Amino acid sequence: MTVKNTPFDRFLLVLNGLFLTLAVLVVVVPFVYIIVASFMDPTVLLNRGLSLNPSDWSLEGYRKILSNDAMIRGFFNSLLYAGAFAIFTVLVSICAGYALADDTLAGRKLVMTLFLITMFFGGGLIPTYLLIRQLGMLDTPWALIIPGAVNVWNIILARTFFKSIPKELKEAANVDGASEFKIFMRIVIPLSKPIMFVLALYAFVGQWNSYFDAMIYLENSKLFPLQLVLRSILIQNQAAPGMIGDQQAMAELKRLSEMIKYSSIVISSLPLIVMYPFFQKYFEKGVMVGSLK
Amino acid sequence: MQNSAQTGKSGPLIKQKQTASRGRGTFKKNGFLYLLLMPALLLTLIFKYVPMYGAVIAFKEFSPIRGILNSEWAGFKYFEKFLLSPNFEVIFMNTLKLSFYGLLFGFPIPILLALMLNQVRKAGAKKNIQLFLYAPNFVSVVVIAGMLFIFLSPTGPINAIATWIFGQPLMFMTDPAYFRWVYILSDIWATAGWASIIYVAALAGVDPELHNAASLDGASLMRRIWHIDLPTIKPIMAIVFILAAGGIMSIGFEKAYLLQTSMNLPSSEIIATYVYKVGLQSGDYSYSAAVGLFNSVINVILLLTVNFVVKKLNDNQGLY
Repeated sequence: MTVKNTPFDRFLLVLNGLFLTLAVLVVVVPFVYIIVASFMDPTVLLNRGLSLNPSDWSLEGYRKILSNDAMIRGFFNSLLYAGAFAIFTVLVSICAGYALADDTLAGRKLVMTLFLITMFFGGGLIPTYLLIRQLGMLDTPWALIIPGAVNVWNIILARTFFKSIPKELKEAANVDGASEFKIFMRIVIPLSKPIMFVLALYAFVGQWNSYFDAMIYLENSKLFPLQLVLRSILIQNQAAPGMIGDQQAMAELKRLSEMIKYSSIVISSLPLIVMYPFFQKYFEKGVMVGSLK
Repeated sequence: MQNSAQTGKSGPLIKQKQTASRGRGTFKKNGFLYLLLMPALLLTLIFKYVPMYGAVIAFKEFSPIRGILNSEWAGFKYFEKFLLSPNFEVIFMNTLKLSFYGLLFGFPIPILLALMLNQVRKAGAKKNIQLFLYAPNFVSVVVIAGMLFIFLSPTGPINAIATWIFGQPLMFMTDPAYFRWVYILSDIWATAGWASIIYVAALAGVDPELHNAASLDGASLMRRIWHIDLPTIKPIMAIVFILAAGGIMSIGFEKAYLLQTSMNLPSSEIIATYVYKVGLQSGDYSYSAAVGLFNSVINVILLLTVNFVVKKLNDNQGLY
């Protein structure tokens, strides 16, 4: 049953294992560094680097970040936007995917072409921005939730899933006199829980991690999602307002802004860490359906 | 005998009934399906196709007060302005180089990873390695950029090593010479694992008997990978390559913008960030739209060309 390997092949396989271990380390070490650093006293971290000595540890970074209004508000804004976006995306994709999976639907090729074109050609940033402004969606969360809800990949994923549902199931229900609406609600929707879950996860993570739309469409800082708050902390080096009193010295300001970088990264990743095991189950399934060919 | 006679009798009957009910139900049924299709179709028309029409402002002197329709035509003025501006060559080449090198390194690495993962025989070990390698794909671009600033800062951990070797810290984030490396290597770090998943799944479908038979015939590991594994994923490679090469000019705004510092602009300013700056920061709508449209058109041409070439090389198998 097992493949016969020459000694050289076995050597290659050992090398293969070493390379993959190295790859895992390259991925893991930066995360470990961030997590350890988030529990460090920033002065020690700046001067001596990481330390395993408990006297160099501190929870100050977490205390600061958790008492920061912008961060907390951003966290809940993101939760709300990502949740709403996920629900909306799933609804739109499931409905469209189900309709397009039906081979008797006239015009489905035209509609599919209309969808596919948008994958490769678009009006661009400015025309889209002007449209959002004209629709009065500027500076509202709707600008983040509605325009991005139609994603061609999602529709293809859903359509491929529905094509795999046996026709007989629907035909049997048809014979029993169930209306199309009833079939959709009672048979199709319960069957499509896995695909809905996959689509929702992707949509949630996508929205949770994005900052661009929020940056161009939102002005009111109370509406900012977490990633925009993170950006000001991590990239622009601005400790969020209210965290540092005017009287404090520059050194203290630098100390603080360094300190909260690590803890903010950890806090912002929490939802994803919680969701990651759920993902694992659907990793290959989701992608395989998407490969379509 | 009796049984088959029975089915022979009732078969056509059932068929008749079915076609009849389908005939009656078609419009009603399809009406419901069209209803289901409506939200996605409307959203696409509004948020994707209206902006395509809106792109005509690239040919107009757009003024927000007069609107798209009533603004005066400007012809190709803004395209000329971009093509003749001293920035054009730098920005265009920055965009091209960043994505070309990104493709050069970013395309083969997931394939290598998948081939290597495929050789891990213990299912548990393979799963765990995958779990780690996929993880960075779920980290936000803001966090990745933030981590780069932390690790690559003059006082950061990477420079602690660099200082030890070169005697001085390297200015990764401010020296334009490093920008592309930082961008591309961090991209590979973040996405290579996830990008390999599609190949891994395809390789998992290979019949192990093929490998067994080949090894019995004396084929070495490398030969088996070359003659069994690679042909298996070749069609997927073609599709991934066409999509990536076709998107070469549409390289993402998000990360480049975050990694830009005033010092590394000579190599980090790309078309997408330039469009954002002249359009939304300076309010030069028509000019910005022209630059964006120019980029989109190049993209479509690239996609069609790459698809054509790959199709020729790959036994007529392309994207479409």
